[in-house]
Amino acid sequence: MSISDKDTAQERRQYITFLATGQEFAADIMTIREIRGWTDTTALPHVPDYVRGVINLRGMVLPVIDLKARLGLGLTDATAKHVIIVVNSGDRTIGLLVDAVSDILTVARQEIQSVPDVMRESQNDYVEGIAVLDGRMVTLLGMTKLTSSFGGMDGLVEHAA
Amino acid sequence: MDPMEAIKQTFFQECDELLLAMEEGLIAMENGEADSEMINAVFRAVHSIKGGGGAFGFEVLVGFAHIFENVMDLIRSDKLNPTPDVVKVLLRAGDKLSDHVALARDGGADVQDAEVKEELNKLAGHSGEDEDEIGGEAAPSDFDGLAFFPVQIDIGDEAPAFLSLEPELPSWRIRFTPHAGLYAKANEPYLLIRELGMLGAIEVTPDLSAIPELIALESEQAYFTWNVVLHNCADRTKIEEVFEFVSGDCDLDISEIVPDAVVVEDVVEEVPDAPTSAVIVDLATAAEKKPAAAAATTAVEVVKSTIRVDLDKVDRLVNLVGELVITQAMLSQRILETTSAQSTIGTGLGELEHLLRELQEAVMAIRTQPVKSVFQRMPRLVRETAAQTGKEAHLEIEGEATEVDKTVIERLGEPLTHMIRNAIDHGLESPEDRIAAGKPAEGTVKLSAEHRGGRIVIEVSDDGRGINRAKVREKAVERGVIAANANLSDEEIDNLIFLPGFSTASQVSNISGRGVGLDVVRRNINDLGGRITISSVLGKGSKFSLTLPLTLAVLDGMIVAVGDQTFVLPLSHIVESLLPKQSDINAFGSTGMLLNVRGVYVPLISVGRLLNVRGANYDVTSSVVILVESEGIGRMALAVDGIIGQRQVVIKSFESNIGHIDGIAAATILGDGRVALILDIDGLVAGCREGVARPIEYQQAAGA
Repeated sequence: MSISDKDTAQERRQYITFLATGQEFAADIMTIREIRGWTDTTALPHVPDYVRGVINLRGMVLPVIDLKARLGLGLTDATAKHVIIVVNSGDRTIGLLVDAVSDILTVARQEIQSVPDVMRESQNDYVEGIAVLDGRMVTLLGMTKLTSSFGGMDGLVEHAA
Repeated sequence: MDPMEAIKQTFFQECDELLLAMEEGLIAMENGEADSEMINAVFRAVHSIKGGGGAFGFEVLVGFAHIFENVMDLIRSDKLNPTPDVVKVLLRAGDKLSDHVALARDGGADVQDAEVKEELNKLAGHSGEDEDEIGGEAAPSDFDGLAFFPVQIDIGDEAPAFLSLEPELPSWRIRFTPHAGLYAKANEPYLLIRELGMLGAIEVTPDLSAIPELIALESEQAYFTWNVVLHNCADRTKIEEVFEFVSGDCDLDISEIVPDAVVVEDVVEEVPDAPTSAVIVDLATAAEKKPAAAAATTAVEVVKSTIRVDLDKVDRLVNLVGELVITQAMLSQRILETTSAQSTIGTGLGELEHLLRELQEAVMAIRTQPVKSVFQRMPRLVRETAAQTGKEAHLEIEGEATEVDKTVIERLGEPLTHMIRNAIDHGLESPEDRIAAGKPAEGTVKLSAEHRGGRIVIEVSDDGRGINRAKVREKAVERGVIAANANLSDEEIDNLIFLPGFSTASQVSNISGRGVGLDVVRRNINDLGGRITISSVLGKGSKFSLTLPLTLAVLDGMIVAVGDQTFVLPLSHIVESLLPKQSDINAFGSTGMLLNVRGVYVPLISVGRLLNVRGANYDVTSSVVILVESEGIGRMALAVDGIIGQRQVVIKSFESNIGHIDGIAAATILGDGRVALILDIDGLVAGCREGVARPIEYQQAAGA
């Protein structure tokens, strides 16, 4: 969900926070369909390593993406304690592999800081902003951008090659 | 969605059905087997399209439909004899009417209908003089003008003329006062009164006494009352039926007129036989149309009752049942692993499985449709193609009620179109040649559908010249497709015409000029999981047979193991499976391998290596080899680690979530709840050609 001008400074939104690679991330609660434990995936051929494969989510074939690998920090060594966050955005439904889910956060629009210019790269495009909570920094992920940045498989295959 | 848009969509849906009914009726007329009900149905269809079109302001459509309707009306009332020539014009008019509907729906270029219009007008015996009627018919506001006249209605053939009134049938006085609610529900007194006119001669007098001063007039109130005298109607209930749908929204008083109330007769005589009055003519035509509506009501009773359901709802149901089946399979597997097979639980599970399978079949059946929706477009195609090629062709359709899944139907139209064009363009001879060959000048193309062994078989056959194998062979040798000394069976020669590139050159038996060949048809059919075969007798004709699965939602597959994964191979592609001998495997080039299958060398590909599967056995000598056939490359041998079994799987597409992956068609969920990928044979082949199998993996394979 991008921040539009219509949002008032006071508007508060709820975010779910989760841990990956030792950092704390958050995603708009409205984009999250469910949270489930890690199960072994069926690997897909010809895809970049951060696509961990597909799982059966009650009859739906759900692709799972490793957030850590997506951020370029290597594959997560997934165990039963790891968590898949099922994200709905636009027409896509995608699973996001993270270390753990920690909290639900309510953040007002005015509490969100924009990403420092230095950090602005195309790769960080899916970072919606930064929130500070009890002195901790939480990175707010824009799910639409995050999932759409996986693009069609054409894009993926290019990554792989 | 805008409510008006929604209504418009419903209208177009109805138009499709009406056009179908019209086409059916016209074809029956062409074959000379149309009864009056059929002719009425055509008339009704045209009339309804006109009416609906008028409501949405599609004036061009209405204008054309009106002329068409006039001609149908003449036929209906036996004033015009539907000779073959007349029916030909009507068929063309029908085509134009579909074009008009399509134009109204999708926009686009104007329909070139001037010629057909003129012919219709010629048939109607006048030109354009009725144009004004459209207004009266489509816009009921004109009714206000005529409500003030006592009107005599000529019922035509359907009822005895007014003056030859049979005295023994009673007359009725009906006082009809609509409430505002009646108008609010979009009812129209004009139509009700018109319907009364169907029961007998009527005389209508408006009672305007309730209309207040202009200043007190409320625009949404109803002030009119009509006094209707209905002659010669035996049954009071018939009158009540007319008002059945508005009974709550009007005051209705029906009383029988005692025979000596001759006043009525007097009034009538004061209005002399005056058919020249435009108003009377209008009402008279209106009255004539009523039997159509009455007939429609009866027709509806015969038709099985159906409901329109949003396809998404059905799809959801299909998905849910699919999941239920998977869950059941998982559950059975787990339970049977932990308990002895003899236990009563096993019996119960068996029954559950049986029931679920039935449930699944029933749900799948909801999505099925008769192939009629595709077949109905073909008569027009035959007419047009025949006209373009200067041939005479007649289409026979069989088994159009055969049902198949909607997804299959949607993708059937294109290949069928090509095949029928092909049959006329290349199969049928010119009329002169046909007569010279002792055949009737008019060729016959037959289109049939039937269920056979869990699949649908569609056949397109013609009684044309057939395939000249010697010529096809000659051409194939010329083009380097086969060796000059190749030993081919008749069937193999016939199949040559499916080869790409073969289709453009020869005059013998292939499509040209439209840029689409039979190779495309075959690819389309293969994409659907079907097969196409041809049989032909020189001088007698050819027959193309399509075999298609009944649904695209499930697939017969062979489950194979590769490394720690399972894959599904579509059974329709599999030729055989075998255990290769070391001596049959030959290295070819730097990375390739060829397998000797009874003297024929086919490329051998390790699935594990190609898809880079973890833990796969790259040593093809200890693999099981599955021989597959694909359109792109012909035969190919796939090396897998083992065959697990054969079963029907539910296809789950994941393209919307990830996009397309080369070599993978879709996924499915196996009995253990895990996802298995369904291999796309053609995609795999393409992958091989592009050299996706990387050198590093080859070294691994060599080391293994």
